[in-house]
Amino acid sequence: MLHSTRTVAALAASSVALVALAACSSGDAGGGDTGDVTLTYGIWDPNQEPAMEEIAAAFTEEHPDVTVDIQLTPYKEYFTKLQTSVSGGAAPDVFWMNGPNFQLYASNGVLAPLDDASVETSDYPQGLVDLYTFDGSLYGAPKDFDTVGLWYNTELFDAAGVEYPTADWTWADLEAAAAKLTNPATGVYGITASQYGQENFYNSIAQAGGEVISTDGTESGYGSPEALEGIALWTDLIAAGSSPTAQQMTDTNPEDFFLSGKSAMFQNGSWAAVAYAENPDIAEKVNVAPLPAGPEGNQSVIHGIGNVANAKSAHLDVATEFAAFASSEAAAKIQAESGTVIPAFNGTQDTWVKALPQYDLQVYIDALETAVPYPVSKNTAAWTAIESEVLAQVWAGTLTPEAGLQQLADEMQAALDAESE
Amino acid sequence: MTDLIAQRTAAPIAELDGGRPGGAAPGPGRAAAGKRRRRGPGQSGWWALLFIGPTAAGLLAFYLWPTVRTLILSFTKSGPFGGSEFVGFDNYAELLQDPELIGALRNTAVYTVIVLIGIPLAVGIAALLNTTNLRGRGVYRTLYFIPVVTMPAAIALVWRMIYNGDYGVLNEVLGVVGIDGRSWLTDPNTALVAIAVVGIWAGLGTNIVIFLAGLQGIPDTVMEAADLDGAGPVRKFFSITMPLLSPSIFFVSVISVIGALQVFDLVYMMLGRNNPAMPNTRTIVYLFYQAGFLDNERGYAAAIAFLLLLIILVLTVVQFRLQKKWVHYE
Repeated sequence: MLHSTRTVAALAASSVALVALAACSSGDAGGGDTGDVTLTYGIWDPNQEPAMEEIAAAFTEEHPDVTVDIQLTPYKEYFTKLQTSVSGGAAPDVFWMNGPNFQLYASNGVLAPLDDASVETSDYPQGLVDLYTFDGSLYGAPKDFDTVGLWYNTELFDAAGVEYPTADWTWADLEAAAAKLTNPATGVYGITASQYGQENFYNSIAQAGGEVISTDGTESGYGSPEALEGIALWTDLIAAGSSPTAQQMTDTNPEDFFLSGKSAMFQNGSWAAVAYAENPDIAEKVNVAPLPAGPEGNQSVIHGIGNVANAKSAHLDVATEFAAFASSEAAAKIQAESGTVIPAFNGTQDTWVKALPQYDLQVYIDALETAVPYPVSKNTAAWTAIESEVLAQVWAGTLTPEAGLQQLADEMQAALDAESE
Repeated sequence: MTDLIAQRTAAPIAELDGGRPGGAAPGPGRAAAGKRRRRGPGQSGWWALLFIGPTAAGLLAFYLWPTVRTLILSFTKSGPFGGSEFVGFDNYAELLQDPELIGALRNTAVYTVIVLIGIPLAVGIAALLNTTNLRGRGVYRTLYFIPVVTMPAAIALVWRMIYNGDYGVLNEVLGVVGIDGRSWLTDPNTALVAIAVVGIWAGLGTNIVIFLAGLQGIPDTVMEAADLDGAGPVRKFFSITMPLLSPSIFFVSVISVIGALQVFDLVYMMLGRNNPAMPNTRTIVYLFYQAGFLDNERGYAAAIAFLLLLIILVLTVVQFRLQKKWVHYE
């Protein structure tokens, strides 16, 4: 028996890879209106499930004939599964969407526009409204958001006699402090200059006055001198020895340097606040400041989840209504009280700030004023793959920033041109 | 498991050959099988169908049908949510001009060659474990087999820590003997070798078990005859053990090559996307993953999968052709 299994293995050869691809078929789930309606709501974060259940219950209270069934899929499989279930006509009626995937779904007619639902765009930060607008229509109701701040280890700052970061820090201040905080004897680095987009170089490119991608998502911005400046900020910090090298940050998770007190500064999103507060190693030793300013200011990218409705939903009216409701002021308050994320609805963010009074979390809210949208296009994944690969060579020093960014700009442009074909 | 393994002799390897259309030139076993088939389903034939039915159905549904679908897919350009247009050989033409393909082919070839080094290693260890006077044989066998039953994700995680440039055990040990370590998994010169070492280590257990079974299938009488003729242990190993073990070695090398050509999990788990060593480590299946799951180009990914299928087919046929020169069946 064992042998015949092996024979099969030999004959079937690379079928393992083949099976993965063949899971595409079409068909329609269908279903008509028969009084009582059950909506499915796809989400990926187990920490937020209780809040989502509360929101679902609140919706049922307003619409007694509607029940909302929450489907939780872990983030790692969420979009793979979603894509397959959309192809098969079995996707949830309402589901969470993120920036990088949004346009892929919107441009292929998977999502229903929310123009007729009661979503008032002025209730949300402009960056989020832009993120979920495609061809002039709003398809996603902003649910929550995250901006980026500069976290620092007060103990290491005190030990090195460096003043804490302030709101008027510039790149020069950051570089000077990082150099001063670096201490080869104790293995401490001033900063962790990791190859992260949202936390690091997407911000610095905007701060230099450049852009990763044009607002309409068709032109790569990496060929500009401003983008080069934004990238060089990080590679220079590594070259100066103020940050671990790219090799070190591949071997060891960049954040671990900060968590273990081996790095004094680390830029991170608002999601980090809860995690740091719950980490006994650093909870008492860290705080957050606004990002340092480049030539054009201290912009942060803004990203957030959107509630979207499935255009093929059997109960489209109710689905768009629930998508809007799940991002409404009432839903925002439920989320804020849970403390997990910053709700997107303007004016409900105070509760989140006050949940962890030991940190200056207001910086994340203040960042809204100048925040720039997270860079996306119709097929974001195609060029972010190129981005991470080329920049890996730049970070490692095998390509100069100049040569690397030129290559990245060309390859990314080719990918973007392929999208619009 | 052990019972199953203990039943293993050289004979089924001949079946493996005989059952394979287009494999080796017809030997006696193959001709017999052919004649049996031509007789048509008599009463015993229906019984046979009944027994192979479930397996055959599974094979059709889960291997052959997806393979056909993938072949069709490779001639199309598909939208991200289904719907596709026929583009003929465009995907293949594009693939052959892809500069990343050359790198992936080279990396995969290098990995495969390194992993094949694991075969003589497994033969040696199996021979040692087979000596009857070795104390604690069971313990050693278990130790060698543990990696086989360990989750690949756990293996990748542990080896990542071992290879860590700053805090890794490997560099600690090398430091003791005065060798300067490095970031093994991020250095383009060492990453592929580092991964192949894990590949060898993880596959060693299975190979050893197969070789042990092969060794135990060697009749004592042959060995006694050699003793009487005055052969020493080394002479016995090369003149008797190796030839009689050659069917097992052949089997293991066929399976190892196929497995090595399909390597993906170790690269994916141990390197990560931002690794500067990726161009020197990316394998064909990783390229496939990248096209199909990161770039949403399923038709192109299907073409990569079929190219790999073709390569595996050719290499396997070549191996079956070459076996005549060195594999001895009793």
